[in-house]
Amino acid sequence: MAQEIIISGFGGQGVMSMGQLLTYAGMLDGKNVSWLPSYGPEMRGGTANCSVILADDMIGSPIVTEATALIAMNLPSLEKFEQALVPRGLLIVNSSLVNKKAKRDDIDAYYVPANEIADQLGNFRVANMVMLGAYLEKTQAVSLDSVMKSLREVLGPSKEHLIPINQKALERGAQLVTSIHQRV
Amino acid sequence: MAKVLMKGNEAIAEAAIQAGCRYFFGYPITPQNEIPAYMAKMLPKVGGCFIQAESEISAINMVYGAAGAGARVMTSSSSPGISLKQEGISYIVGAELPCLIVNIVRGGPGLGGIQPAQSDYFQAVKGGGHGDYHMVVLAPASIQEMVDLVMDGFDIADRYRNPVMVLGDGMLGQMMEPVEFKERDIVLPEKPWATTGNKDGEPRRIINSLFIDAQALEDHVHKLYRKYDEMKKNETRVECYNCENAEIIIVAYGTTARIAKNVIQMAAKEGINLGLIRPITLWPFPDDTIDRWAEADHTKAFLTLEMSMGQMVEDVRLSVNGKKPVYFYGRTGGMVPTPRAVLEEIKKIREVM
Repeated sequence: MAQEIIISGFGGQGVMSMGQLLTYAGMLDGKNVSWLPSYGPEMRGGTANCSVILADDMIGSPIVTEATALIAMNLPSLEKFEQALVPRGLLIVNSSLVNKKAKRDDIDAYYVPANEIADQLGNFRVANMVMLGAYLEKTQAVSLDSVMKSLREVLGPSKEHLIPINQKALERGAQLVTSIHQRV
Repeated sequence: MAKVLMKGNEAIAEAAIQAGCRYFFGYPITPQNEIPAYMAKMLPKVGGCFIQAESEISAINMVYGAAGAGARVMTSSSSPGISLKQEGISYIVGAELPCLIVNIVRGGPGLGGIQPAQSDYFQAVKGGGHGDYHMVVLAPASIQEMVDLVMDGFDIADRYRNPVMVLGDGMLGQMMEPVEFKERDIVLPEKPWATTGNKDGEPRRIINSLFIDAQALEDHVHKLYRKYDEMKKNETRVECYNCENAEIIIVAYGTTARIAKNVIQMAAKEGINLGLIRPITLWPFPDDTIDRWAEADHTKAFLTLEMSMGQMVEDVRLSVNGKKPVYFYGRTGGMVPTPRAVLEEIKKIREVM
């Protein structure tokens, strides 16, 4: 089944690059993929979002209006896009910045303190990778192998040293939602 | 070659360079800025020349000059900037020079907005500039097709000594998709008409669009129209998708054609059989194809889907020529129709059909 994902947050939270990484990995896995950024008259500190589609069939519109997953990095993102989720859709909320719960009870919601985990790992910038790790664990949308390959591609040789911390962030995100699942 | 993930705008620029384009003149405007940015970075590395002109008018006239000297040359802009280029485009057609012009359309009129639109259809296919003229207008619906059509576009321009326009929109320019750059043998044609410096004993070469004698101008325009007839014969491109047995056929190009494919899939789940005719060339328009499907018994109606208030629908109506009803659904100003809204429109049509 096609994965239709909305990733949303403040500018600077790595929303666009998270989406590109996922799209790149999907391509390496041989899927049809598309990535579409919001490019409205956004200001610094304003909201930014992107739509990612991973599919076995051809992709029509790259705009996601009925999302199978939403990764909400901040409160405005949750408020804006919660209603776009399909029933049983996957919601991953950055609970470091969002102190509200989802209003809907027909979706699978996970609350990930991504900023705290990123700080523990020693780089607040990898909060997006913690969220992506959680998403990948829940959906198995693309292989971790392809994500790591994409990461190397996106970061380039000059940032090779950042690979280990990004990998750790992905793993922590994955572990966290696994343990949540087991408690339920 | 392996697939790479690229933004539409960057893919256009890379395709142009791979097609042998070495000259780019432009002026920045959202949502196509990645094209000049890419050209500014890459052209000097391949011995080319990028100039950010002082205005769009200046840029198109630099294209005019470079094309006259025989260069493979392009410019790109978005709607308001393309309006400024219209005089130059008309001159380039009149002087019979090849070039590629890319319009990554945004909402209008006026400065409008920066979100995707298809409201420059009339301007692209019905003139825009003054005088009796046409140019081949290519409408890609994916990043791969953008790459292929940009490469083909330069060849078409050379073949007819006429500008070619690629008409995209903000969504196609900004989105990323995997794309493959296929190996191509780039053979730039001889241009014995190009003004490359007078050599001993050669007749003078003149690039000109002024024909002050009325008969001379009519002869010239007739000559141009013989070229347009050839373009109609040889360059018309169209995709038909699921049209066999379709009760309603959607006609859409570019971004809205992608949306139409979603609608067709959604409708199929509800037992509604829809098809899509996707003009890939907006000029020449695939009127024969539309006419053929209008003749089919199973076709009960057409729905033209556009991100405009209804421009291509006029050409669809001319092509259908009253054989079947032609309906229209559009959003404008940068609003992109959702597949569900289009499906609701289809259901309304079925009630009155």
